[in-house]
Amino acid sequence: MAKAGFLESLRKSQAWKSIFRHGPPNNSRNKVLAVLMNVFLHLHPIRMKKSGIRMSFTWCMGGITFFLFLVETVTGVLLMFYYRPTAEFAYSDIIALREHVPIGIMREVHRWGAHLMVISVWLHMFRVFLTGSYKPPREFNWGIGVVLLTLTLLLSFTGYLLPWDQLAIWAITVGSNMARATPFLGSEGPGASLLNMIMGFDVVHSGSDAFCVAGGPRGGRGDSAPLLRFALYIYPASAALLMAVHLASTYDGGISGPFVRLR
Amino acid sequence: MVAKPDNIPIVAMLFLLLFFTWLSIHKAVINDKLIDAGQDVENKKEAKELVYTWPDLVFSEFICTIGVWCLLLAWAIVLKAPLEEPANPVDTPNPSKAPWYFLGLQEMLVYYDPWLAGVVFPTLIIVGLILIPYIDTNPKGNGYYTFKERPFAITTFLFGFLILWNLLIVYGTFLRGPNWNFFGPYEVWDIHKLEVLRNVNLSEYIFREFGLNGGKLPDNPLLRESLGILLTIAYMVGVPILLARKWMKKTYEELGAARFYIMAVLLISMAALPLKMVLRWTINLKYIVAIPEAFFNI
Repeated sequence: MAKAGFLESLRKSQAWKSIFRHGPPNNSRNKVLAVLMNVFLHLHPIRMKKSGIRMSFTWCMGGITFFLFLVETVTGVLLMFYYRPTAEFAYSDIIALREHVPIGIMREVHRWGAHLMVISVWLHMFRVFLTGSYKPPREFNWGIGVVLLTLTLLLSFTGYLLPWDQLAIWAITVGSNMARATPFLGSEGPGASLLNMIMGFDVVHSGSDAFCVAGGPRGGRGDSAPLLRFALYIYPASAALLMAVHLASTYDGGISGPFVRLR
Repeated sequence: MVAKPDNIPIVAMLFLLLFFTWLSIHKAVINDKLIDAGQDVENKKEAKELVYTWPDLVFSEFICTIGVWCLLLAWAIVLKAPLEEPANPVDTPNPSKAPWYFLGLQEMLVYYDPWLAGVVFPTLIIVGLILIPYIDTNPKGNGYYTFKERPFAITTFLFGFLILWNLLIVYGTFLRGPNWNFFGPYEVWDIHKLEVLRNVNLSEYIFREFGLNGGKLPDNPLLRESLGILLTIAYMVGVPILLARKWMKKTYEELGAARFYIMAVLLISMAALPLKMVLRWTINLKYIVAIPEAFFNI
């Protein structure tokens, strides 16, 4: 009894009320307020179809992806304290991180989380397709989802580059060599001579590859890595922005499920 | 190979895909039977019921979060993140592999040149995926698992996603060794394995094998590649028209011209990969159109 009394008085205290601003969520009104008055929860709808929260229907893959994005962002920011994204320091910073930080698993969490996020994004798309959830009224949100999927791959791609070890440099080289084959723009793509004739140079030439992006030896741009830094900030920022739209419009359109006329 | 820390997610993905494909087909079969019997689909009753986000959804999100976090922590404690030798631009590893999720695209490089495999096809994949909801006008199967109500959509997607994307990733990770040669599951990755390069261009077939023009390739590349160019145009233009007029007449009437032709071009672009694979395996075809002078090889 005394305990209940303590909780009761805690709930009535000025401090508690100033933080939670509504009563315990045990009635309809307060359940609504719990979601509505919380900045993190209010991306949710207030009520939803029971079928739409069944784990056997959603596989929870969208939610897992969102959570992994948060994990990647937090561990990524923490890792940046120890890491300089330049060809000169990158590798030795990773070694230092491994050698000098006791019981460090931050890089492990970051790396496995990134792998996991790619998989969970794919499974999310897989589920959304197989339940036909891209159909009206969610067509546009599916498109945002595709952009987010591409961003996830790009995010992971920049992450591959960062340790600047053999895996990084050659994985990135395979990827970026393709850019030279872009039709009309690349120096080794069809129509390359056409643009060269008009502009007098190739837009994507043999120097514009991973080495250039990372400021490595072949790009010859010293130790600065403007493009890489740009990617490190711009990709997560745009992913976060689009995720907010993605979540909000899922809930505006209602979670997917068989059509029923409500009420 | 399989136990290499960076490959573990790919093995995990393989089993996850098998499980979730089974699960969705299983649920689709249940729903299809219900639809055939004239009943509501499995989750229709619960779709009529509204629950509060707090606590119903927030609770399962919370449990899910804790589950994933525990898994991630355990994984991070057991397996150290690998770090290889420092980057060395003069020491090219053999094979050099792209990040694992792009290995399907790298595998495509065996059959198509980089301008197609690395630029045009990835662009088409992204654009095509975005366009799916606007192409697929079938109102059925919205919000529940089913196969019978949308067999074409599901078959096409499963083929593209499971075979062309994920299977090629698994293939590129485990079965491609030095010089991007094929190696069986327990075969030693011998760097000296000899692979006979006997792939032949279509134009070489015509002029050398069949002895047209006295067995000599014409100097003019357009003349030399004329058959290949004609075949390519026939494939890209003729097949969609044939699909519209003959083989998929009903779909054409349902979708209308604009939607149908966009769908058809995306579809045959997707089919271009398995088609070229089969041509390579059967008649060792290298390029259908080969104009290396202009980096234009198909």
